[in-house]
Amino acid sequence: MSAPLRPARLELTLGPVLYNWPNDRWRDFYARIADEAPVDRVCIGEVVCSKRMPFRDGVLSAVLDRLQRGGKQVAYATLALPTTAREMRIIRDIVESGFPVEANDIATVHLLAGRPHLIGPFLNIYNEAALALHVGLGATRTCLPPEMPLHAIPSLAAEGGVEVFAFGRAPLALSARCYHARAHGLAKDACQFVCDRDLDGMAVSTIDGTPFLAVNGVQTLAHVVTAATRQVGDLRRAGVASLRLSPQTCDMVRVARTFRDLADGRIDGDEATAVLASLAFPGPLSDGYLRGLPGVRRLAEAD
Amino acid sequence: MSPSPAPHRLELVCPAGTPAGLRVAVDSGAHAVYCGYRDETNARNFPGLNFDRAEMRAGIAYAHARGAKVLVALNTFMRAGATDLWKRGVDDAVAAGADALILADVALIAYARATHPRQRLHLSVQAAAATPEAIAFYRDRFAIARVVLPRVLTIEEIAWLTAAAAPCETEVFVFGGMCVMAEGRCLLSSYATGKSPNLDGVCSPASHVAYREENGALVASLGGFTIERFAQTEPAGYPTLCKGRFHANGRMLHLFEDPTSLDASELLPKLAQIGVTGLKIEGRQRGRAYIAAVVRTFRRAIDALASGGKSDAGALRAFTEGQRDTTGAYRKAWR
Repeated sequence: MSAPLRPARLELTLGPVLYNWPNDRWRDFYARIADEAPVDRVCIGEVVCSKRMPFRDGVLSAVLDRLQRGGKQVAYATLALPTTAREMRIIRDIVESGFPVEANDIATVHLLAGRPHLIGPFLNIYNEAALALHVGLGATRTCLPPEMPLHAIPSLAAEGGVEVFAFGRAPLALSARCYHARAHGLAKDACQFVCDRDLDGMAVSTIDGTPFLAVNGVQTLAHVVTAATRQVGDLRRAGVASLRLSPQTCDMVRVARTFRDLADGRIDGDEATAVLASLAFPGPLSDGYLRGLPGVRRLAEAD
Repeated sequence: MSPSPAPHRLELVCPAGTPAGLRVAVDSGAHAVYCGYRDETNARNFPGLNFDRAEMRAGIAYAHARGAKVLVALNTFMRAGATDLWKRGVDDAVAAGADALILADVALIAYARATHPRQRLHLSVQAAAATPEAIAFYRDRFAIARVVLPRVLTIEEIAWLTAAAAPCETEVFVFGGMCVMAEGRCLLSSYATGKSPNLDGVCSPASHVAYREENGALVASLGGFTIERFAQTEPAGYPTLCKGRFHANGRMLHLFEDPTSLDASELLPKLAQIGVTGLKIEGRQRGRAYIAAVVRTFRRAIDALASGGKSDAGALRAFTEGQRDTTGAYRKAWR
């Protein structure tokens, strides 16, 4: 009789910076992640707006190199909503470079099919049959949509390689229209890159002043900050392979250490929540989606 | 089972929220109607709408007897651990004689293709296929016959995709509600209410809507969040999240989209010229009078176009949301 299987070590993936951070900040952020953050994998690349891409080109290879020297697996995350031939050429070039890729839309999966790849949180993989199909196409690790409730996760985790969105403002929607430009009275084609003013996204509140959403160019995100601190034990027991941490301007090294301690059982969910509570976030911590509630619900809020 | 009608060059695809709505759409000149079963397998899972099994069989017989097709939408994403409900929907729709199934979940598409190799399959707008490569993914693997394109594309992009999709046909929305976000990839509704288009087949559901009076104005909220405030002189609209007014960058504005709806009737000649096949009218939740008027007007325009005449653009203004229409993203300035 074999010994009972211990759940495999829960990995940590740092998702791509979704916001238009200045190049210096972006480079310094990854340098610190490379040296100090206990994450297994780092996905980098521009996911939201292809107009931002040229800014990164000068520092990209140095950042990749630094992360790899820091012992991180690195993957290149692709655009979540490509709509032009030019954007598809960019994705094709990335795929053909042979570098590990995290696909964020089905067109990219089409190009990657048959070779190992990662899948980010922008694909509609809601059930075990869809995940099995993607695994068959080469998906080795798949981040589930942020709206997936905890009770639905075990049947997917059994297919293997499941990642759960565990920290950061949850991405909610994408559009052909740029809301940053619109809020500034600018056209998308002449946007002046105003999205670089809001490092955690532009605050959007209701007309009576309740904080509600965040805008990042063509992307809309939650105002609240997902923190799955109280679900990590259940996720590990369900067979989830990794937790995704999505960068905000807060101390992401501290966030990564907290989730590492939590995943390894050195601290419990309440202790992790207390540690996070000492950091500065753009909104209150939330686990509504994992609890099967509206995604806006805060950590402490009852059903 | 009655035989499928012959194909049209431009096919007017009309909503049928109920059996009565189906009959009205068919009688008003729809080339095809689309409808769904009364459960979370379709993206208009609203109270009082949709078809049970017997109603679907009767509806298909009614449409076929009058030369119209029926497209059955099973366009939500299968719930983890409960995929049988969706698979049974596919099997029943095929058995009922559906001319095509409108699907979004890649695994349900794979199931339908494997189980019913000869069944015509359409890719729902909820699958958000907006590039030649995305369309190729579904066309090459699952022999998808038609793709419904997102409402966020320009006319140039529709032409590009229609050419690239062949022999797969394209279908575009020409009238009705305007989805400003990439369809099928929007979690705004579940963020505020816990109910989502992808999983529950609802967006900004009425069960989570409340209206209240405040200083002489009518305030509409969704999931407890104020979405819009209407003065007494204004017509009160429905608080769909992305059509609301919000504060951003020190301004109060319709940040995502004005409360307009789509009317692309003036673009019909262009859409025909670039080879679009399906012209889709949104609104399975709409009443019979609305459906009759909109379907008749579009059918007249299509017939006029086929015989070289002029269409009467603007005739539908009274039916657009807030009496304001927009050609939406079809014109690039929208962005």
